[in-house]
Amino acid sequence: MDNMNLTLKIWRQKNAQDKGKMTDYNVTGISEHMSFLEMMDVLNEQLINSGDEPVAFDHDCREGICGSCSMFINGEAHGPVKGTTTCQLHMRSFSDGDTIYIEPFRAKAFPVIKDLIVDRSAFDRIQHAGGYISINTSGNTQDANATPIPKENADLAMDAAMCIGCGACVATCKNSSAMLFVGAKVSQYALLPQGQVESKMRAQNMVAQMDAEGFGNCTNTGACMVECPKGIDLSNIARLNRELLSGSLT
Amino acid sequence: MATLDGKIPAGPIKDKWTLYKDMVDLVNPANKRNIDIIVVGTGLAGGSAAATLAEQGYNVKAFCYQDSPRRAHSIAAQGGINAAKNYQGDGDSVHRLFYDTVKGGDYRSREANVHRLAEVSTNIIDQCVAQGVPFARDYGGLLDNRSFGGVLVSRTFYAKGQTGQQLLLGAYSAMNRQIARGKIQMFNRHEMLDLVIIDGKARGIIARNLVTGEIERHSAHAVVLGTGGYGNVFFLSTNAMGSNVTAAWKTHRRGAYFANPCFTQIHPTCIPRSGDYQSKLTLMSESLRNDGRIWVPARLEDVEAIRSGRLKPTAIAEEHRDYYLERRYPAFGNLVPRDVASRAAKERCDAGFGVNATGEAVYLDFAAAIVRYGEEQATIKGEKDATDVRIKELGKSVVEAKYGNLFDMYKQITADNPYETPMMIYPAVHYTMGGLWVDYNLMTTVQGCYAIGEANFSEHGANRLGASALMQGLADGYFVLPYTIGGYLSKDIRTGKISTDSPEFAEAEANVKQKLESLVNNKGTKSVDYYHKKLGNIMWNKCGMSRNEQGLMEAMTEIAELRDDFYKNVSVPGGAYELNQELEKAGRVADFLELGELFAKDALDRNESCGGHFREESVEVGGPQDGEALRDDENYAYVSAWEFTGKPSDAVLHKEQLEFNDIELKQRSYK
Ligand SMILES: Cc1cc2nc3c(=O)[nH]c(=O)nc-3n(C[C@H](O)[C@H](O)[C@H](O)COP(=O)(O)OP(=O)(O)OC[C@H]3O[C@@H](n4cnc5c(N)ncnc54)[C@H](O)[C@@H]3O)c2cc1C
Ligand code: SF4
Ligand code: FES
Repeated sequence: MDNMNLTLKIWRQKNAQDKGKMTDYNVTGISEHMSFLEMMDVLNEQLINSGDEPVAFDHDCREGICGSCSMFINGEAHGPVKGTTTCQLHMRSFSDGDTIYIEPFRAKAFPVIKDLIVDRSAFDRIQHAGGYISINTSGNTQDANATPIPKENADLAMDAAMCIGCGACVATCKNSSAMLFVGAKVSQYALLPQGQVESKMRAQNMVAQMDAEGFGNCTNTGACMVECPKGIDLSNIARLNRELLSGSLT
Repeated sequence: MATLDGKIPAGPIKDKWTLYKDMVDLVNPANKRNIDIIVVGTGLAGGSAAATLAEQGYNVKAFCYQDSPRRAHSIAAQGGINAAKNYQGDGDSVHRLFYDTVKGGDYRSREANVHRLAEVSTNIIDQCVAQGVPFARDYGGLLDNRSFGGVLVSRTFYAKGQTGQQLLLGAYSAMNRQIARGKIQMFNRHEMLDLVIIDGKARGIIARNLVTGEIERHSAHAVVLGTGGYGNVFFLSTNAMGSNVTAAWKTHRRGAYFANPCFTQIHPTCIPRSGDYQSKLTLMSESLRNDGRIWVPARLEDVEAIRSGRLKPTAIAEEHRDYYLERRYPAFGNLVPRDVASRAAKERCDAGFGVNATGEAVYLDFAAAIVRYGEEQATIKGEKDATDVRIKELGKSVVEAKYGNLFDMYKQITADNPYETPMMIYPAVHYTMGGLWVDYNLMTTVQGCYAIGEANFSEHGANRLGASALMQGLADGYFVLPYTIGGYLSKDIRTGKISTDSPEFAEAEANVKQKLESLVNNKGTKSVDYYHKKLGNIMWNKCGMSRNEQGLMEAMTEIAELRDDFYKNVSVPGGAYELNQELEKAGRVADFLELGELFAKDALDRNESCGGHFREESVEVGGPQDGEALRDDENYAYVSAWEFTGKPSDAVLHKEQLEFNDIELKQRSYK
């Protein structure tokens, strides 16, 4: 279909202080091959040409890897297609005449900055609290092949490391919990010999920061995994819990 | 005409870097605490530099325009990172990596820099593994490798199809540790809009807080730019939407020479464009050429039948397929370097063999690889009587393990299934070898201002080999700059804090504000994207995969005219001192409109074909190399470094003559 007409209901909010509201727009001539953000480009071009302010939204790579894009589309983080970010969503997932609701990722820890842009710096601060292995850049570390790592663990670590820090898990969770995000990082390092040394402390520090930022508790609903564009598995939360538990026992 | 001093240390090439490190002045730890360094950009280059400098004890202020360092464009790199580890025992060595890179760059890079890069490449892998980067491993638990174009060994380390992501998250984690220690002050959502020079030395930047729109002054003893490449001058490229030349261009305007702007890499395997609304192009990693075979139909009637939907590519018999890379370059086949592969695709499409509606696509086919892997698996599993269907099934799972995420990405974008039908690909702008001129210390022609990663004119000459940008970014940031900058800063230990309360800062700030205000007050009729797309069109048509004198001269005029029109008629809604994404774009496009003209001027000056720069006037005629690019070492074995004098068209050329003592200048043959 090369000529879809759509009604968009979009959250507009001038700044953090503004109350914000949903506003209606129409776009025409949308091709099914467009990405969702290209459809938003069409809308913005239309707004600019009529002297209005375009809709602000975060995006950069437009290929599903930077984690910038973050729209809540028809009640789902990153929209209706599983395993995709907003920028990878294509208009072939919609039909002519559809009404689409577009809102920011909402959570207490993700305040809105403008329109669809939210402040996710809380995620960075969680990483500052422990998202690293404490080694310096000397160039004199041991040879990369000195410690073989079972392929299975390396692969699991890689699966966990694929998290793009988008925040869909938080936006989806009824408690706004960040456990999947934290679990992914803690798991990546816990699965590798290099990261095991500090593993328990890391888990504790990152969770403490998560709590301090105002993210909620995990009640094992699993919605996060369903909406996660990178398929980060719930077992990462279990691994995080194991690290926490063993950490508090010793 | 002035000549440039690359400050290449004396001694045999093998020993230059070691001797340099032994002799370079160091700053004692107590003094480092009194020295501030600004690092603009937190991709692989900037991120690794910021972390390492902070570890060493300097006070680092780091800047990026995204909301987190983790989102820098480096995150999108797919295929891998090179290192001369020789883990595969296939004859790799520092020398071979050095040689491949110089040859791959078509002999337009500085030998000493490239050798240093090859030397530190092995440390990078050690460092990243220690940081917890989950590189791919084999069943023995050791690191796995793959091959990339232009080389005959397997030296590329990878983490699925997300190598850049994993390396960047490694650098980000190293930064986080220093942020937590208070040694890095991180300024997210900040854009550098000018460089401040005091008494001939870079002493700070003017940055715009992208959330509040506020203009801020930041001072330091040195400024490092790791701000990435300028491929978006073409509008459509594989770069992130925000990738820009602004920081480098403003620095150029302040006195830093811009080197080889016309050296651009057009990557052969990208998803073809689908319509005018297209906002960016998506790369399909070069690693796919390890297993994918590139072809077009050999007969024009098949091309027509495919375009009209009457024929499926899978129905074309082997003898009616033209595997043109294997045909033209039997030695390297599908793994020829990028520039060669791109031109060959263009040649076939120009001759009418393009396989999609626009006539700009060729096939990348995995059918043979699926069968080959399937048979191998059947043997391993002892399934002697495996049916064709079973073999395909086994083969598909191998291909999925290797490239699954790339195949998924392709499917999402095109709605085609590459396990069943060949991918369609076409070249797209991908990487810029040109950039700020730097000496061996990575310092620009502005004292105390350094450029690292894709932002400098780099070690890649006229063409970059696959998996070498990540290597260079991390080499610069982790292992080179932290040494070289010490030599400079050791003379600054008594300077004390740099005040931002100086006429130089005031002038730069006023200059930035005036520009921003004039953009928002312009109240024209056309959007920023309108101009960006127009510029992209001129660039692609006249400064793209093949260039000629007339086209380049036209490009210069057309770009200058477009720039005038932009300043008269651009419309930027919203205010200057608030979050305003259109204003951000407008500033970047304004700089692209200047760079584009210099780009064309540089391409015009270089009347030879080398690497990604193909001049129609300079081709081989007759003989086995008929039609291939013709380099002219006698007249053009230099780096073009341009000095800004007011208008891009008036830029003054300075030449750094390249000397090849350790590698013989040869015709670059992949036949
Ligand atoms: C799709 C794709 C795949 C690739 N795959 C590979 C691969 O497999 N192997 C390989 O070796 N190379 C690959 N490359 C190339 C490689 O990714 C890049 O060359 C490299 O990552 C550049 O790193 P960088 O640190 O120099 O810059 P970038 O990662 O581009 O970072 C630039 C930084 O500068 C900041 N910045 C820019 N302008 C400003 C400003 N004015 N003010 C403040 N901050 C600013 C940005 O916020 C960002 O932090 C690929 C490139 C692409 C596009
Ligand atoms: S866990 Fe998934 S949803 Fe959550 S931030 Fe990471 S990638 Fe996004
Ligand atoms: S824009 Fe980068 S993930 Fe969507």
